[in-house]
Order: sequence, then structure tokens, then C-alpha cells
Amino acid sequence: MTTLTPVMSARWHDTDAFSRAGYERHDGYQGLRAAVQRPPADITTLVKDSGLRGRGGAGFPTGMKWSFIPKDSPNPTYLVVNADESEPGTCKDIPLMLATPHLLVEGTIISAYAIGAHYAFIYVRGEVLHVVRRLHYAVAEAYDAGYLGTDILGSGFDLDIVVHTGAGAYICGEETALLDSLEGRRGQPRLRPPFPAVAGLYASPTVINNVETIASVPSILTQGVDWFRSMGSERSPGFTLFSLSGHVTRPGQYEAPLGITLRELLEMAGGVREGHELKFWTPGGSSTPLLTSDHLDVPLDYEGVAGVGSMLGTKALQIFDDSTCVVRAVLRWVEFYKHESCGKCTPCREGFWWLVQILERLEKGAGTEADLDKLLDLSDNIAGRSFCALADGGVAPITSSLQYFRDEYLAHFEEGRCPFDPAESTLFAASAGATR
Amino acid sequence: MTATTNLGDETRRELREIIARYPQPRSALLPMLHLVQAYEGYVTPAGIEMCAQELGLTEAEVSAVATFYTMYKRRPVGEYHVGVCTNTLCAIMGGDAIWSELTEELEIGHDETTDDGTISLEHVECNAACDFAPVVMVNWEFMDNQTPQSARELVDRLRAGEEVRSTRGPAICTWREASRVLAGFPDGRAHEGAQAGPASLAGLALAHEQGWQAPEGGTPAIEAGRKGGGT
Repeated sequence: MTTLTPVMSARWHDTDAFSRAGYERHDGYQGLRAAVQRPPADITTLVKDSGLRGRGGAGFPTGMKWSFIPKDSPNPTYLVVNADESEPGTCKDIPLMLATPHLLVEGTIISAYAIGAHYAFIYVRGEVLHVVRRLHYAVAEAYDAGYLGTDILGSGFDLDIVVHTGAGAYICGEETALLDSLEGRRGQPRLRPPFPAVAGLYASPTVINNVETIASVPSILTQGVDWFRSMGSERSPGFTLFSLSGHVTRPGQYEAPLGITLRELLEMAGGVREGHELKFWTPGGSSTPLLTSDHLDVPLDYEGVAGVGSMLGTKALQIFDDSTCVVRAVLRWVEFYKHESCGKCTPCREGFWWLVQILERLEKGAGTEADLDKLLDLSDNIAGRSFCALADGGVAPITSSLQYFRDEYLAHFEEGRCPFDPAESTLFAASAGATR
Repeated sequence: MTATTNLGDETRRELREIIARYPQPRSALLPMLHLVQAYEGYVTPAGIEMCAQELGLTEAEVSAVATFYTMYKRRPVGEYHVGVCTNTLCAIMGGDAIWSELTEELEIGHDETTDDGTISLEHVECNAACDFAPVVMVNWEFMDNQTPQSARELVDRLRAGEEVRSTRGPAICTWREASRVLAGFPDGRAHEGAQAGPASLAGLALAHEQGWQAPEGGTPAIEAGRKGGGT
């Protein structure tokens, strides 16, 4: 049986975990001390050998991303930490930064050292005021301790970190839109190539990594590649935060090796809400196709989830039980994508606008079977034909729900109404177990 | 500039302080607009004009940015901005019921403010606290695991001027004070509030109970430099 392996979350119960004193009490900044004694290229090699893959959703090998930074660019290199956590269901980076902002700061310094960046930005979404406070505080403490600024730990390496708050735009989690936003513009994605490694922030070489990816780096320095690879699988090594939410007895953060299954995680979390059965779930946020109880034993790693037609994504396991109307759930997600479409390209801007209207009709029981074909036809003309991945993600709930729950769509217009009572799915429904 | 603006020389000095943080001035625009909201309560024409002057941009260029992001408001906001998450998971877990309760209680709808100027209400998208659903935000502080009743009590207390504490953070400050922190001017309250909420600790608590931990560290690939101590 797989067990939990708290690494990043191991000290979250310490009430002063967010302070430098609390962080250093448990080997905080030892990874940095180790790193600056070696040439930067060694750090990239180490991260490459560890097999660490991006935890922001795409799973791109981190060390390889770093190695794409050109050695001969006349422009400075930048590191940007993507802390714009907004994918529906995703709630791992925010608690990590709230509890242990120094883990992110240490990882940022090590990563900047590896790629030769003297400026790093933490782009944090604006709607999390206390996380912004904790980041400011941690960065200030790191300057005071000589971990930031000039000649860090006597290494000759200089680095400044700027905590930059966004202002409310899901699309800024897309890395090139984030860069435009960080340049003080509307957050709209850029055409690639050129990729950010060559022409990113200010058209200079730039690495963009997710918070959890960067926070995974310090322990690789202190504990080693073999240790990291002793968890997870050959192609998906290491530990990661799985976030369980929704109709589960004990929702929360569960740090485990990649490859654990939802069956195992649900057992740890006390199972699906008492008196109910699992109906559908997302493996990694709303942009990853829905799965059902047929997929309880799928290994939750990059290959395993891809093997059943979905994606590991952000490991945001949103659990919905049999009280939930899938049409209502999908409508609400698609309304989100409509709201968050940046408007740059037509298929996304117009497509979600039409999809919402059809889904509204269906949810009320006023649709027809032809509407279902229209949904699929529109989805087919949006995915792969839009400027960025927002649109591909946005149609995922539609296509996957029609794959698994077509009958439920039919039931809506056969009955002329939604067959579900929304009150039954709430946290405070009478039938919900008082287990929290 | 109109006579009613709160912007002045001090604002200009702080805007320049923000600009100085960045390798290129225009990168400062988002925090600058947060600072405008700290002074004005929303992004006023005077604020747009001042940002444009400081960055050498046109007012149209600044407006184009200000209107793209949902956190920037074009009309006055109440002292307390209440955001109810109605994205799928929170909606299903009770966010829709909370929304109905608050619109009825406050007699306002989305993006509207009570007549007394205390509360603004907004549907918000996923705020990255799904394990605490349903979630309500007040001036971008977490109010976790809400019910229609607790949300109603929350806004009643805010309107009565009582102190309200975030479930994971400090006592809730005003909209303008919050905007100032977002502009990068810390208020010295980082140490207040919890380091983690109960759901954040669910896995860790179970690991402790079961005696589970990550494997022991092997041979470090790079020996940590502990020999010198200190820095």
C-alpha cells in the first residue's frame, strides 16, 4: 500500500512555520548552502537527473526547461515563479505559500543560481491578501539573512526577488500571458515560438516554473537524486501535493508519491461523503477531462492519467457524489471559461459564449438531442483551433461529461427540468454526515 | 486633476517607489493601479492619468490594462468587498445558496454596493481554497467553510462595524488598506493568523497518526555546507 510522504508539507503544523526561524529549525536554507558551493550547471544536471517534472499542469521536465536557456544571450536571464494559482479545483500553492513561504524563496534562489538569473519574480494572484503578506515578509527576512541581495553566502552570486501581485485574470496562469501581464500589459498569450527560454520577459531568456515545482528543488539538493527517485515511478518520480475537495469526508492536502490511486487517497480522506457514492471527479482541475468510479485504480502520475484519456494536471481531485447534476457542474465550468477568455482569438471568445447558451438551455430541461451534437461540434471547432490551451481545457468537461453521462443530459429534456435538487449536494444538506 | 481626488505628491512618490522595483518601468503598472485603489477606493480617471504620466503612456494604454483585470474597479467599492465563490465546486457545496442568502439580505446584486457604502458583493471565480468549500472572500481574506447562515452573520457584523477575523488570517482590514498591501507596501501583519487551516493539515495529521513519513534521505548528491555555520 502507498503511504503519504510529507516533504514540502512536513512542517506545516508548526505555528511559526512561515518565519525564517521556524523554517531554519528544520534544515531550512541548507539546500541553498549546498547549491552555491557548486557550479550552477551542476544544479541543472542534478534537477535533470532527479526527473522532477513541472507541477503546474503540463509536467514538462524541469531540468530540461532550465537547460534551454541560451548560454550566449546578450540579455539578462530571468526567473519567474508562477504563483497565479487559479485553475478551478487547484488549491495547493496557496497553502504552501501561506505556511512555508521560505521554502518557495529558497527554491527560487537555488533555481535562479542554476540558470544564472539575477532577477526573479514571484507572480502571485492578487486575490489572496494574506499570502501576499507572507511572501513579502519571507523575502524581507531572506534579505536580512543575506540569502538575497549581493554576494549571497559569500558565493559572489547576486539576486533580487520581486513579489508581484496580479489583479484577477485566470489567463495569466498561462505562461506567456503571465509575461505580458508582468510587463504591465493586458494578460494575453503570445505566439510561440519564440519560446520564453529564448525570448520571454523583456524578450530575454526566461524560465517560468510553478510554485510547487520550485518548492520541490531544495530537498533534492539536501537529500539527493536517488532519494527523490525512490518515490513515484521511473517517468514520474517524486512526491507531490494531491488536493482533495468536494464530497469527501476529510478534504485537504495529501502529499504522496506520484502513482498513488484515488482509491487509496479516498480511503485516507475518510471516503466519499457518508451515504453517497462517487459519481465523477477531476484528476487535475476543471481543464482535465472528467473521470468516474471506473478510474479509481488509475495510477495518479503523468502517464497513468493520460492513459485513460485525461491529464494529471494540477492534481486537483474534485470529488462529486451522486447528488450532483453533471450538467449543472459543466455549465458552471463553461461559464468560467467564457468569463476568463482573454478575447484574443475568435474560437475561444465566441465559442464559449455560444456553449454557455446551449448548456443553460439543457440544464433547464429545454434542450434537444440536436443540442448535444451541437455541443460536440462546437467543442471540436474550439479545441486545437484556439490560440492557447485555455480553450482546450474549457471543452474538456463538455466532451468528457457527454462521453460518460449522455443519459443524464437526455433526462433533462425528457423530464423538462433538472432531475436533481441542488440542496442535497451542499455541505450543509441534512443528509450530510456531521464528520468535519 | 479634479478637486475630489485623494491623489497627491505622496502618491506620486509611492508610484515612483513601485517603478524602482522593476528593471523596466511599465512592469510596475499592475501594483500602481492597486495603489490608486488604495487612495481612491477604485481606479479613477485621475488615477489613470497619474499612472500614464509616470510611465510615459497614454491614458488609453493604461485604461486598456485597468479594464482587463477584474480586481480593478471602475466605480466606488464598499469598505468591505465580499466575494462569493460560485465556481462549480463551491457552488455545488453551497456557494449558490450563500449567494442567494446574501443578495436577499443586502438587497444588492453582483458588482453592486449597499447604500451605506459598507458592502460590495461579487461573484468570484475559484480562489484556490477548494478544500475549504464553500468559500467567501472579504477584502481578499479567506472565510472558509461558510453556510448561508454564517455568511449572513458575517455581513451583519461587518455592517455593524464589529471586528471580523479571517478563518486563516488576521482581523479583516478595509478595502483600501488591502489594496495598499497588494501594491507592495506591507502592513506588518504577516505574523497574524494561522500558518495553515485544518484542511491544509489533513494529510499531515493522518501521516502523524499512522507514523508515515517520506523515506530517509540517502547520500546527498551535494554535501550541504554546514561546516562554516553562520552565513
